[in-house]
Formats: sequence, structure tokens, C-alpha cells
Amino acid sequence: MTGPRTSRYARDVAVVAFAQSDHLRRTDELSEVEMVMPVLHQVLAATGLKAGEIGFTCSGSSDYLAGRAFSFTMTLDGVGAWPPISESHVEMDGAWALYEAWVKIQTGEADTALVYSYGKSSPGSVRDVLTRQLDPYYLAPLWPDSVALAALQAQALVDAGETDEPALAAIAARSRADAGANPHAQLRGAVPQGDYQVRPLRTGDCPPVGDGVAAVVLAAGDLARQLCDRPAWITGIDHRIEAHGLGLRDLTDSPSTRIAAQRAGLFDAPVDTAELHAPFSSQEVVLRKALGLGDTVAVNPSGGALAANPMMAAGLIRIGEAAARIHRGASDRAVAHATSGPCLQQNLVAVLEGDTR
Amino acid sequence: MTAASPPEVLRAPLVVEFPFTRSLGPVQSAFLTGLRDGVVLGVKTSDGRVAVPPVEYDPVTSEEIRELVEVAATGTVTTWAWNDRPRPQQPLGTPFAWVLVKLDGADTALLHALDAPGPDAVRTGMRVRVRWAAERTGAITDIACFEPYDGPAPKAGPAPHDGVFQDPVTGIVAEARLDYVYSPGRAQTAYINALSEQRTVGERCPSCHKVYVPPRGACPTCGVATTDQVEVGPAGTVTTFCIVNIKAKNLDIEVPYVYAHIALDGAGLALHGRIGGIPYDQVRMGLRVEPVWTEGGRYPDHYRPTGEPDADYDAYKELI
Repeated sequence: MTGPRTSRYARDVAVVAFAQSDHLRRTDELSEVEMVMPVLHQVLAATGLKAGEIGFTCSGSSDYLAGRAFSFTMTLDGVGAWPPISESHVEMDGAWALYEAWVKIQTGEADTALVYSYGKSSPGSVRDVLTRQLDPYYLAPLWPDSVALAALQAQALVDAGETDEPALAAIAARSRADAGANPHAQLRGAVPQGDYQVRPLRTGDCPPVGDGVAAVVLAAGDLARQLCDRPAWITGIDHRIEAHGLGLRDLTDSPSTRIAAQRAGLFDAPVDTAELHAPFSSQEVVLRKALGLGDTVAVNPSGGALAANPMMAAGLIRIGEAAARIHRGASDRAVAHATSGPCLQQNLVAVLEGDTR
Repeated sequence: MTAASPPEVLRAPLVVEFPFTRSLGPVQSAFLTGLRDGVVLGVKTSDGRVAVPPVEYDPVTSEEIRELVEVAATGTVTTWAWNDRPRPQQPLGTPFAWVLVKLDGADTALLHALDAPGPDAVRTGMRVRVRWAAERTGAITDIACFEPYDGPAPKAGPAPHDGVFQDPVTGIVAEARLDYVYSPGRAQTAYINALSEQRTVGERCPSCHKVYVPPRGACPTCGVATTDQVEVGPAGTVTTFCIVNIKAKNLDIEVPYVYAHIALDGAGLALHGRIGGIPYDQVRMGLRVEPVWTEGGRYPDHYRPTGEPDADYDAYKELI
């Protein structure tokens, strides 16, 4: 068997398992750890590893979503962290937890990693909660919500002639139709575009608000092959951030995504699949351009974030979905993207490849 | 007894408020003080552009930038989004447009609200001007919003400004309040429901058999769901304690008093509570105690001695 085709790192690291919860509008009957634990069990069971055998554990979540301080210490109860494990947490999407775990494996400190992330948005109003991540001097006092900021970006795209409302509606419709084959998705099938939320974005252009969990297991080298029939090798991964002033940026483009993709080796060879973390239909337009994706690429066959957008997990799910397609032989080379912040402020790009068949 | 589904999901309002006090850098201070005094300042970036709102460091080179200029209070909309249903705390209570505005003399855009009669009255490229707030304190909200403006851009470009004002604003208080509806989940719901009947119910780990009180639904040692409900107590043993000498705010308890770890009979770990009904300096490890409920109380008000002989150290040493 040949190794990954374009590895550029000290160690070959692969996603060897992926699991996710059903993504639901509310999960009032479950605490966060009760929501997370079954997914942890599922992803570990897929590899046969026990929590104590995992070299490094890293999670991503945000206390602001459910209003619970240090909620990640509660969810760690679901891992079985005794005797004490090597563990870390990022107050970010789990895609960045995966990045930290990948670095940890590259250093040789670990051979395997459990990465998980979750978001329980239902207790609060996520549109308002997300205003608290903005610049506290010039933006946060105005409470510009996440849909409003995405709408400013969408209008800029319309003005630039890059898209229009029918094209955005088509992205939304395609995403929910594709999600018909994804049993975990929150919105599936035909979903009406509905009224304007913040014009030009209609309800259908916006992601559903919901609760959900995702987890992956990473492993290095031969161990990856032992744990998985067809590992999804991470042959490139990078993340970049743009200026936090929205008025400093060209909202119709995403240079951070493009640079991350370049450094991840995306442009070295074609991909057949792209899982893009575009919570708003208009953001897919920006990402397709930045990543140079043609019509031959299957974009968000899972339905993407327009079908299920559990905060802090939706980015990790993109990596997991891309990896799962490689695991089952539906893809040979895929790109996964995760975003964070308003209007695609910060972007992570990972290139995943399967062994040649 | 197997844990049953909770009869109903408990819900309670949860309000999180955090009034951060933030200091300002010299550029932010000049900008916000300028707004208070009805002047809009920008900063020159390393490549000679004028950034409004101004930043302390160059967005490209990260150099410290300090060269201030005054720009006009009029400008041009670079993108907009019509907000039919303003949310609480947003700049206007009536439908408005979010806008990015490039002020005359600036090369970057500022986010704010535009007061306009409807979406048909708004377009990219339209001219707008600042509507100043009646009372100004040195904050971005000193700009109440923008309003449509027919006039042309001033002929003169941005003018140098020394950024010096009387009584400069050096900080802001960023008030925030977020409202949640909290649900405690399956295990804690069962615990709270039992407390309402003055019973304490824990859950046992099916793997290591430890009984968790209060239960959180998972055994942190084994990483599995705790499944079996176990009623514990009501009496228990003081495993360790401390004497509190500082009166807590909003707490009507005379100091000194004793706060203790109490292992309820049958529990695999200690919970904590106040010890009453005994002078504070007579509380000791091994003291046997029982809960005291007050009328309508949702949890024990405190624990008092049962009068039993003290527990043997060996009986609770694993629970300290």
C-alpha cells in the first residue's frame, strides 16, 4: 500500500473515525455531557480504542452559547479522564481543536488523538450571543447580529455581480436536498426560502439554529492503517485570519481561505469533494471563488452548515464528513474548510486523501 | 431502580451580565473623545490610507500608527442590509439599514445603522451623514445613526489633527446582558425533583459502582452514563470543614460559621453544606449530621448534629 501522495509533514496523520449526533433545534432533556457522551462512545468504538489508550484529547466549545461557565470541564466527564489524561480545550470550533491535536501528533508527543466539539445554542439567542465575539469598542455596543453581518456581505456580493437572490436560493435548495441523504441533518428536503431575515438574506439563506456534537479520532502512520481500512490522510492543513475591522476587508473575497488552501497544498492536484463551512448561502459563493472550485467538485454533499450548524462543531463536521467519504471510498481527495467569526473572518483548510486504490 | 425519563423538563431563566471596563489606547481614546465632541478622526496607515474607525496598529504591517486626521461626518454607503425587525439594544428601535459607510476622507468603512424610510430608499453608493446622539459620552453610540444626505463630499481632504481634547475619554464600560433559559438535563432534573420531596437521590456508575451526589449523568472516572438512581442519606458524616470568618454579600448568616464537606450515607463523594445547631468551634471531622429543611426550601438550609457517636475515621477516609 502506498502512503499519502502529497504529505509535506514529519508524520503522516489521518482521520480514522468520525461520529456526530443528530442535530436538533432543542435538547432540553439533556445536559451537555449527556449530549456529548454517546458520540464519544461511538467514535471510540469505531476504532476499538478506549479513552485511556488515546494519546491526546482536545475539545472545542464556547461557554457563551448555553451561558454555562467552564462547561467543557463538565463534558470532560464523558471522556473518562481518570487517571488524568493529556487534554486541552479551545474556545473555538472543533476544527481548531483538531489542528492543535494534529500539531501534538506532529511533535511526536502522541500517536492518537480524540477531538470533539459541541454546541448547545438552544438555551440562548445565538444571534445576540455572537455579537459578544466582536470588537468591544466599535462593534459590540451596536449589537450587530450574525445574520446582519452576513447580510452586509451578501449585499456586497450582489453589488459586485457575483451572485443574486435566485442563485443564493439555489445554493440553499441544493444543500437541503443533498441533506436528504444525511440522517443527522436538522433541515432536509424542500425548505421554503421564506421572508427576509435581514435583506438580502432570507430564512432559507440562513443556517438552522440547533444543538449538536461531533468527534473524530486521529492516528499517525501504521497505527492509522490498523484502526481504519482506508484512513483519510491529512496531507495539508493551515488556518489564517483577516483583520477584525469589517470595513477594512473586501467582503466579497477571502484571501485568508486562499492562502490557507495554498499552504495546505490544495492547488497541487484536483479534489473531487469539498465540505465548506458556509453557514450562509452567500458565503459559499466567496469560498468557491477562494478555493477555485469548479463544477466537477461535489460541494457539501452532506448538506453543509445550511442543513445543520451546531456552533463550535459545524467546522469539525466538515472535516469529519470529508474524511468519512474517503473512508467509504466515495472520495479520493477532498478539501474541508472551517470558519469562525463574522463574514468568514478566520478560515481553516484541510486537504484529505485516501490511499490509492 | 433504573433511572426513569424525567416526567417533565425543568426550565429556569438564567441571566448573564458582564459589564467589562475597558481601557483605550491613544488612537481609540482620541477617536471616541472626538465623537463626544462631534469630530470624526481617522488614522493614517503605513501605506498612506486613512482608516476610520481608526486602529492602534497597522492592519498590514502591525506597526504602531499614531498620525491622526479629521475626516468629514458625511460619506458613502459601501454595502447595506435592511433590518425589518430590530433586536433589543441595536441602535434604532424602528426598521433600519445596517450600513458600512466610507466617510469622506476615509479609505475604510465604519459599521453603523442608517435611518431610512424603507429598503427602497437605500442603495450602495448613496450619500449619508452622521446623526449625532443628543447626549454623548465618548462611545461609538455617540453616533446615533446615519441619515440620508444629498450634499457632495467636501472639496478639502482629511486635515491633520493632534488628537488633543479637553478631558479625554480613557476607557469605556462595555455592558452586556444575555438571557438564557436553562435546563439541567436528565440526571440533574431527577436530583432536583427528588429534593422537592426532601429526598437526596444520586446515581451509581454501572462500571465502578461509585454513587455520585449530585449526579451529573456521567461517571468522570469511567466516562459512562450513570444509570441507577440511589437514594442516599438523609444523615451523613462531616469529612472535612472550614470556619468562615468573612461575611458574604447578600447572605444573612452570622460569622463565624462552619462550611463542611458532608458524605451522605451511601454516597461515593462528599457534597458541601453549612453546619448549624452546634458552636462553630465544636465541629469536627467524623461528626454525624442530618439536613435541616426550612419551610418551602428547595434544598437543605443547613446540617445539624444527629447526636450519634462520631463516625470512625476509617469509615470516611476514602471520601475526604
